[in-house]
Amino acid sequence: MLLFLIEKEFKQFLRNSFLPRMVVMMPLMMMLVLPWAANQEVRSLALCVVDHDESVSTHRLTERIVATDYFRLTCKAADYNEALQQVKRGEADIVLEFPVHFERDMQRGQHPVVYVATNAVDGTKGTIGSAYLTQILSLPLPGRQTAEAVLSPLSQQFRFNPHLDYKVFMVPAMMVMLLTLLAGYLPALNIVTEKERGTIEQMNVSPVGRLQFVMAKLLPFWAVGLFVMTLCLVLAALVYGLVPQGSIASIYVMAAVYILVVSGMGLVISNYSHTTQQAVLVMYFFTMILLLMSGLLTPVRSMPEWAQYISAANPLRYFVEAMRAIFLKGSTLADLNRQLTALLGFAVLFSVWAVFTYRKVE
Amino acid sequence: MVRVSFSELAKSYGSQQALKGVSLTVGAGELFGIIGPDGAGKTTLLRILASLLLPDSGSAQVCGYDVVRQYGEVRRRLGYMPGCFSLYQDLTVEENLQFFARLFGTTVQRNYDLIADIYGQLAPFKDRRAGKLSGGMKQKLALCCALVHRPEVLLLDEPTTGVDAVSRQEFWQMLDRITAQGITVVASTPYMDEAARCHRIALMQSGRFLLVDEPHQVAASFPFVMWGVRAAAMHRLLNDVRSLQGVQSAYSFGDSLHVTFAPSCGPGQLRSHLAQCGHTEVEIARVPPGVEDVFIYLDYEG
Repeated sequence: MLLFLIEKEFKQFLRNSFLPRMVVMMPLMMMLVLPWAANQEVRSLALCVVDHDESVSTHRLTERIVATDYFRLTCKAADYNEALQQVKRGEADIVLEFPVHFERDMQRGQHPVVYVATNAVDGTKGTIGSAYLTQILSLPLPGRQTAEAVLSPLSQQFRFNPHLDYKVFMVPAMMVMLLTLLAGYLPALNIVTEKERGTIEQMNVSPVGRLQFVMAKLLPFWAVGLFVMTLCLVLAALVYGLVPQGSIASIYVMAAVYILVVSGMGLVISNYSHTTQQAVLVMYFFTMILLLMSGLLTPVRSMPEWAQYISAANPLRYFVEAMRAIFLKGSTLADLNRQLTALLGFAVLFSVWAVFTYRKVE
Repeated sequence: MVRVSFSELAKSYGSQQALKGVSLTVGAGELFGIIGPDGAGKTTLLRILASLLLPDSGSAQVCGYDVVRQYGEVRRRLGYMPGCFSLYQDLTVEENLQFFARLFGTTVQRNYDLIADIYGQLAPFKDRRAGKLSGGMKQKLALCCALVHRPEVLLLDEPTTGVDAVSRQEFWQMLDRITAQGITVVASTPYMDEAARCHRIALMQSGRFLLVDEPHQVAASFPFVMWGVRAAAMHRLLNDVRSLQGVQSAYSFGDSLHVTFAPSCGPGQLRSHLAQCGHTEVEIARVPPGVEDVFIYLDYEG
């Protein structure tokens, strides 16, 4: 019986003029376009230099900064106020000020203070820009015997993503988003459509049980979700050369559980909704909050404490953590025991909830 | 043998009482019509019998099983066709039929004899998607799907609404053949003229049965002599008829007026009254009262 129900779902799905295309196009778009566009790398910052020293050292430093493609020199100002005017007019993003006697103080081994001011209207530009600048300034000056760094020689290294390549970071995130959207919305809309068209009435007067009915809605979209996941992995490998450090199997295990979580959530919402409109808006409300509080876009640890507590009840958070860990760190399922347990818990919770809220009788 | 029975069924939606305690028994092979206007409570009643809606009070049995406690047994023996088309529009005619057969653990072949003459008309379109069928064809397919598991009781909620006159005729002929096989059919309809096609009917209004009887008995129960009145100027005829003392009721019915008189009055007085009002070509003749006349009378009395 379950097989007939599932067969019917697949027939309807494949016959839909829109859904199969959506399931292929959406991963393509999100995997091919968004990692390039949704990029927090900062390039071509407009730099304004205020050089009170005008020495060989300061010139060399400026050249070195401009030689990277992170900065372009847009103006040289006589003093800080003039530079600030440039910032206000939007012609400069970042101001670098060398003090008088910079070179002399350097040679004497004193640490002259270099002043960096960034326009933080765009927060990312500001923080990342000044971080880049600091990094460049902390490299030792070439041609100097002492090889002493301009700034205190902090040594930092980005583990697991040495070049802070944003795509490495974004691709697993895109997969999470895709699975959430497709595996969450499709089953929810499916049930509500049956309600709107009245076909659910026929189902309700049949001997089909609640469990069978809910399973027949979950399983087809579970398969669709795994298909999308596969498509994403292939694209990541082909286009970005991004192969997960951990095992593919552990990614599938995580994804398989996670799809059940979001599909279950979608079904619960659809059981409470009477129209597509209601289902879509409620679903949107939850996915929006869950996505923003998952650590997908901003780190969980930088949230206020209360928000961190809330995010502990966010299934997305565990999946994001797991995907990034497997992709970048090569974590195994044993390492991700906590995440897997949490996701399994959510999967059971939502499935049971979906079965019990599906009412055949009013 | 009793197939459908219910007593004192009541159901409210908020403060709105949809059913105010209705009772009935329907036997095997009977074609029973629930006749009443929109909002009379027909759909509510059928949904309770189909185990889709819980009654507030009263009880109902289908094939001897309680629709609330033994809904599983009820659903196995029941065919239900809701008021709106509710088959899968993106599946073909054949796929729909197969799907509903499988849902009940049977096959189309096993029960083909039951639907053969209805499905015969659909066969040329068997690969067409159900959503692309004409209204009458959709109804036939829905009937096939409701019958394909050989139910003992078939509940039809306004099966002929929105269907053309010829298809309606055909549809009732099909129901005759279905009941001939021993299947009990309970159908609701807002069309009074369909009452005559049923073995028995219930006239329903505001959540109550006004009357339950055979259609010709219902018509015969009309307590007055009914007169049909026509004239050249029909549009002002109704007001002029009503202005005569002694006219008990008068309303438009098809292309004439249906008029009853109080004992003190009669067609003679009406004829001279209408002549005074300047009417020409006045025809007054006895007509047999129909189910609708009874309904209007009972509804007015109620």
